[in-house]
Amino acid sequence: MAKMAYRKERVDRGIKARTDDIFALSSFREILYLVLPRLLVILFLLPLPLFLGTYWQKVMLITLVIALLALSWDLLASVGLVSLGQALFFGVGGYLAGFLSTRWGWYPLFTIPAATLAGAVFCTLLLYPALRLRGIYFGLITFALPLLFMRVIEATKILGGTEGLSSLPPLPGTTIELYILLVVALGCVFGFRRMFDTDYGLVLKALRDNDRSVEAGGINVQWYKAQAVFLAALPATFAGAFLTHHYQFVGMPAFALDYSILPLTSVVLGGAGSFAGAVLGACILVPLSEVLRAFGTLRVVIYSVVLVIFVVGLPEGIFHYLQRKYHQFERLVPMEEVSNGARAGFKGY
Amino acid sequence: MEQEPVLKVTDLSKSFGGVKAVDGVSFTLQAGETFGIIGPNGSGKSTLINLITGFVKPDRGRVFFRGREITGIPPYQAVTFGIARSFQMARPFYNLAVFKNLVIPLYSPRAKRLKGGKYGDRDEVAIHLLEEVGFERDSLVPYKLAGTLPHGYLKRLELARCLALEPDLIILDELFSGMSMSEVAGILPLLEKISAEGKTLIMVEHRLKELFRVVKRVIVLNFGRKIAEGTPEEVMGSPEVKEAYLGGEVAEGAGS
Amino acid sequence: MEGNLVNVLIYGLVNSAVLMLTSLGFSLTFGLSGVANFAHGGLYLFTGYITWMFLHYLGLPFLPAALFSIVIVGLIGTVIYRLILMPVRGIVLSEVIATFAVGVAILEFFRWRGFVTYEFNLPSFVKGSITIAGVNVDYQRLFIIAIGIGLAVFLWIFSHYTKTGLALRGMAQDEYTALSLGIESDWAAGLSMALGSALAAVAALAILPLGLISINIGYDVLLVALAVTVLGGLESTVGLMVASLLLGYAVIITGTYLSPHWMEVVYLAAIVLGLAIKPSGLFGKFKELEERV
Repeated sequence: MAKMAYRKERVDRGIKARTDDIFALSSFREILYLVLPRLLVILFLLPLPLFLGTYWQKVMLITLVIALLALSWDLLASVGLVSLGQALFFGVGGYLAGFLSTRWGWYPLFTIPAATLAGAVFCTLLLYPALRLRGIYFGLITFALPLLFMRVIEATKILGGTEGLSSLPPLPGTTIELYILLVVALGCVFGFRRMFDTDYGLVLKALRDNDRSVEAGGINVQWYKAQAVFLAALPATFAGAFLTHHYQFVGMPAFALDYSILPLTSVVLGGAGSFAGAVLGACILVPLSEVLRAFGTLRVVIYSVVLVIFVVGLPEGIFHYLQRKYHQFERLVPMEEVSNGARAGFKGY
Repeated sequence: MEQEPVLKVTDLSKSFGGVKAVDGVSFTLQAGETFGIIGPNGSGKSTLINLITGFVKPDRGRVFFRGREITGIPPYQAVTFGIARSFQMARPFYNLAVFKNLVIPLYSPRAKRLKGGKYGDRDEVAIHLLEEVGFERDSLVPYKLAGTLPHGYLKRLELARCLALEPDLIILDELFSGMSMSEVAGILPLLEKISAEGKTLIMVEHRLKELFRVVKRVIVLNFGRKIAEGTPEEVMGSPEVKEAYLGGEVAEGAGS
Repeated sequence: MEGNLVNVLIYGLVNSAVLMLTSLGFSLTFGLSGVANFAHGGLYLFTGYITWMFLHYLGLPFLPAALFSIVIVGLIGTVIYRLILMPVRGIVLSEVIATFAVGVAILEFFRWRGFVTYEFNLPSFVKGSITIAGVNVDYQRLFIIAIGIGLAVFLWIFSHYTKTGLALRGMAQDEYTALSLGIESDWAAGLSMALGSALAAVAALAILPLGLISINIGYDVLLVALAVTVLGGLESTVGLMVASLLLGYAVIITGTYLSPHWMEVVYLAAIVLGLAIKPSGLFGKFKELEERV
């Protein structure tokens, strides 16, 4: 007697029409179905700063800063530039803000936007010669640059040397700071996602797939990559400038490896390419590391292990996993007995 | 009236690590011509195209496009001037839908200038172009991921990508390879139509029979050197060409 | 001033040998299988600590302890490949992140266990020193030069004249052809990881006796390996030697005449400038190949 076997079938909820970015919406229910997850996140995050104590407010602040760096990383990775040194953007933004306020006594209201823009321009120019490098080589250059800046500052004693720049003008208070960061971070998530739905974003996305064909399509690859670097640098230099004023201090730790590893881990955890995943990853990782603070450097070991597990075991990241589950449901359908050979073949596929 | 040639190549040379891939090749092309480049495997045909379109910088020699020197310009600029090329090994954007593949060339400065178009429009233009190269609009094919297409379709997608750029000169690198006989038969009228529109066509081919139905004039390369030039009949009658083909490998399959 | 010059000449040579030895394993793995083993520094330091444990907890003599360590680290290299790298093979980013995470995990684990005090050092193979032209050099440093040259020669012979070596090089040059000749890609890459890791262990055993073992050495070693490999280009023993000499002397010269602060800057600048100006390295041949589209 043939044994009844079941297989899992994934069923799409049928909202997508033909391709990924065209939706066939026909009712409020379906609109709600798309909007709800976004709305819930916003409604959860917006009142959050008001309910947190001082300590957890600080944690949230760091979380958002790391989230901005992770967003920046994700944008770079979306065009095929893998950064191993987000600290570069962070440090440049931070030091520029510090420099502007110590040298010319500017207020944070001016230093932060100025440092964000100037920092992004500076980083883009700096990385411009490296844009033609592929894969790991671009990563290596971004890995080396922040460390290089750190050592040069130490050796030349410019910008305060090992002491750093301190007594910078403060920001108005943690709650307001949190709201500013929150708006910027959410703006980046939705803005970047929107951007990648346009034709411009499509070109950027294509750069990662195959930049030879983009070039043959009459598009100046180097120039578009430079634009991507500039856009990606903005949230990161902003984060640097912002945190500098929050701490009222900027020093060599701004170029430290932490600001490179944490964003990267966040994206790997949350899932690359969606921007929401980057933020989600940061929201898990940073509070988790606060909880693990008692373990000392063991927590770095824990991050690393988590990182390996995710890279190897769940490369799509948490966000894509959730998204898949949300858009599809699974059911068991009966099927006829198949021979072992066919089953093995199926598994291989 | 002496017309200015569309493409003039003089003494173009490139060697890779001591091997002369292209060695002193010169030729001239008039507007509206259909032109073939043939030769045995490894004779430097693809390199010659790479040199013209800027993907490889020449060691020596110059390239003029409508009287303007374009030697060693970056590939995207060659497109801006009006030269489009296809690749022998089609490498589409595998993770994009087929029609979205064409949105990228449609976003180039040249296509923007000549076609205009905002978001939404480009999708429509793209699907129209796909129809032209024989994809059916109402089938699901244009909406599939490009990575799922069979080879013959990819080649036609490459052609569509060239057409999206509204070029004056189209260089097709082994368009027919990987296509079935019926696919080739389906694409020939389109090539004739393109030619009739006054566009200049260069075809690099191994499938000579099909090629000779399209082109009026060919050059033959062997070991990077031009060994013959003329109409297909003239060229195939040349002893040197016979020697190159028979002495070398059989002219079929992947090339240089 | 003249003493200074002799000093630079001799210690520059020693430093070059140190650099070459340090980066040999990394460069070998990268050149043969394309895996940038960012766990290199972690494995290097791991060797130091387990050898120390063998010596102090188990009371083994130095030579067996060293041999055990080399074998263990080589095995760990294979295990890293089998468990972690094989599933993500070919996705360069994942390879780098995964190996880097392994390296950081190893290093930070030892930091957490408190392996940071002065008691951690390895004994020299050879005691004593010699005076050359008025400069005091201990035998261990001369030994490093010898072992560096010895290993480079050994690897050159291995990769050019033994069956295994030729198979590995074939794999690196043309994977498909090698596959069709019956060389298995995973076997080759696993072996190259094992070899690279074992070489990291050898380097650690030779170099660590010069000073104390500290966690940050692990990160520095990775940096040095990256700098030398980037500068020297892939798969070129000569490139590796020249890059080591160049960097070795550059670092000692900056340290002597400028300030020790600038020494690390040299490595970093080598990586940045090397990649920006000549990505294929001084002796790399890959660039031209890639240009052929």
